[in-house]
Amino acid sequence: MDEILNNPYLPPLIASILIILLFPLIAGYIVLLERKVLADLQVRLGPMRVGPYGFLQPLADAVKLLLKEDIIPAASDKWIFWGAPVLSTFTALTAFSVLPLSDKFYVADVNIGFLLVLAMSSIGILGLIFGGWSSNSKYSLLGSLRSAAQMVSYEVPLGFAAVTGLMVAGTLSMQGIVEAQRDQGIWFMFSNYGLMLVPAVLFMIAGVAETNRAPFDLPEAESELVAGFHTEYSGFRFALYFLAEYASIFVMCALWVTLFSGGWLRPFPNVAFLEIPLNYGFPALFFGVIGLGCLKGLRRRMPIEQLVIIGALAGAMFLVALLFVIPLVNPYIIGLFWFMLKVFLLVYVFIWFRGTFPRFRYDQLMRVGWIYLIPISMGALIVNGVVLLATS
Amino acid sequence: MAEATFLDTNELVLNMGPQHPSTHGVLRVILKLDGEKVLGTECVIGYLHRGVEKIAENRTYTMFNPYVDRMDYVAAVSNGLGYCLAAEKLGGIEVPERAQVVRVILTELNRISSHLLWLGTHALDIGAITPVFYCFREREEVLKIFEKYCGARLTTHAFRIGGLQYETYDTFEQDCLKFCDWFLPKVDEYEELLTTNRIWVARTKGVGILNIEDCKHYGVSGPVIRAAGLEWDLRKAQPYSGYEGYEFDIPTGQAGDTYDRYIVRMQEMRQSVRIIRQGVEKLPSGPIKGKVAKVFKPPIGEVYQSIEAPKGELGYFMVSDGSTQPYRLRVRPPSFVNLCALDRMCRGSLVADVVAIIGTIDIVLGEVDR
Repeated sequence: MDEILNNPYLPPLIASILIILLFPLIAGYIVLLERKVLADLQVRLGPMRVGPYGFLQPLADAVKLLLKEDIIPAASDKWIFWGAPVLSTFTALTAFSVLPLSDKFYVADVNIGFLLVLAMSSIGILGLIFGGWSSNSKYSLLGSLRSAAQMVSYEVPLGFAAVTGLMVAGTLSMQGIVEAQRDQGIWFMFSNYGLMLVPAVLFMIAGVAETNRAPFDLPEAESELVAGFHTEYSGFRFALYFLAEYASIFVMCALWVTLFSGGWLRPFPNVAFLEIPLNYGFPALFFGVIGLGCLKGLRRRMPIEQLVIIGALAGAMFLVALLFVIPLVNPYIIGLFWFMLKVFLLVYVFIWFRGTFPRFRYDQLMRVGWIYLIPISMGALIVNGVVLLATS
Repeated sequence: MAEATFLDTNELVLNMGPQHPSTHGVLRVILKLDGEKVLGTECVIGYLHRGVEKIAENRTYTMFNPYVDRMDYVAAVSNGLGYCLAAEKLGGIEVPERAQVVRVILTELNRISSHLLWLGTHALDIGAITPVFYCFREREEVLKIFEKYCGARLTTHAFRIGGLQYETYDTFEQDCLKFCDWFLPKVDEYEELLTTNRIWVARTKGVGILNIEDCKHYGVSGPVIRAAGLEWDLRKAQPYSGYEGYEFDIPTGQAGDTYDRYIVRMQEMRQSVRIIRQGVEKLPSGPIKGKVAKVFKPPIGEVYQSIEAPKGELGYFMVSDGSTQPYRLRVRPPSFVNLCALDRMCRGSLVADVVAIIGTIDIVLGEVDR
């Protein structure tokens, strides 16, 4: 028994199992968040039917997608058609293995962590290209051609912006990056006299493009290419693509948070007197308010099962709020709280983009990438390097 | 033909529609592509053909009146107005003043609702998913006024030959004025969201240019020709239904591109509000229907009556053989004529522009196919 418990592979195993089990759920709830936020922007309600205020909608969606007929077009290249979404999902989930969810909770801390994530997101493009190509449909083909061109050109500024951040951090290990920010006492976004803001913004723009989100959602441009590369996909295979898309959004936001805004660090990580209000007060207040919000959603004539769900949710929120004020438990979960909070704020911004901007055209997208983003990111790299050298 | 080799490039023929998210119904466009570049387009229409003109020959003038609502179903009131005007011209019927003013008010409301639908779907085609919901919110208010007036929201059948069927309801004037006050800030809101939006400007400026010569060549009318710079509005050029008594401007553009057409339509909504306000102000009392025989039987002859529908010149050519049914009815639909210029506008642009251009022409397939 002791042998098992002391096995160095046990914590990563547990962490990875937890991630694989939980992530589809998180992705489902990111979708719900997106639908609700978009609905809010668009003066409508969004999903309201399944569960109280549509809370169980992701589960219903998942069940629907799983039970759908599995269609493989007769003219498609079956093996590649079969494998492409798997490849996309596999790479997106693999990237999770190095994400520093907190100082205690992560699968692995390898010394090339950042590189691994970038590599995985590059390979993930192949899933889109294969999927579009093997469908043997013109819309899919156009979609995958677009995604190939787009991702290749946006990976360059993404890489340059990342290199700038890594240069300041001095390490490729994801935990190391966060620790470097703790040691320097500043989020990298604001270091170098604020010059790092440029690569931070560039990284975010390129990240939006890299994850195929609006206004760069050309590969699946609904109004032009019907659904782009996944036009021919349905049912579970479509769900896999969907999962991969939201997983890569999460990964991209997590990368940004890790590199530029301190990962699992709280704001002002070196100001000691802020520890109590920020690490204890804020999360407790945060979850407490959410719990109260749940209670406020109660309506008199609600079906009993909805009352139970809302009540349970509110109870859980109060419980979590309580957990954060226990000094014994707090250090274990506070990192996860800050990390998730920042990531979801960024996810919210992604959704906000989608609700606001029209879509770029293919040639404009290329122009933005090659004429603006790449030179600016190179310039930012050089300037930051010089400043770093001069100050060190 | 040369033998295809591994590195040969071929034209890609892409079939867009009839089931496609942004062909506004059942339009089918066959695109010839070189990569993303459009080499040529070919429209296939007729998926919504109902033979409206033939139906007219087998119905009496009165019976056919509701059918015209089903052509341009987002601007049913305008269609009805054109038809009634043509029939009245044929029968030599005087329409009382009050009926004329109510007609103008309702038609302008309809122009707003049609333009709102255009704006929402056009923005959706270009990838802005939010404006469509705002547009529908405002359009709802127009439809509510229609519903209160005649019971129907979309295919209203609001007018009858000789005037109106119904007297306006009690708070009609207040409702219209309230709508006008409430609506103008909303237009500013849309403009805030789109007009200066860099992506929107990049997607619409210089896209689908159609200059005045081309417009005349194709017989294009409505906002499309006004965006090219020609001040051509039938409400001013050949006033009908008392339009000569209203003060309003004809917004025009210069470049004749998608952006100008967008600006022109936005301005037109504001002008419509102006007309509605004047109409409500001058709404006289009196009868709402002229002298029409129980059985409408126009004398032998033919007329052509056209009006400025939201989408352009909507004309009715009516031939009477002295019976209760038209001998021949020909409709000049603005959507169809404007759609003819699609190929001219699309050539050399990209796939993404095609949907923008289809959106900017503002077609309704019910009217294209009839």
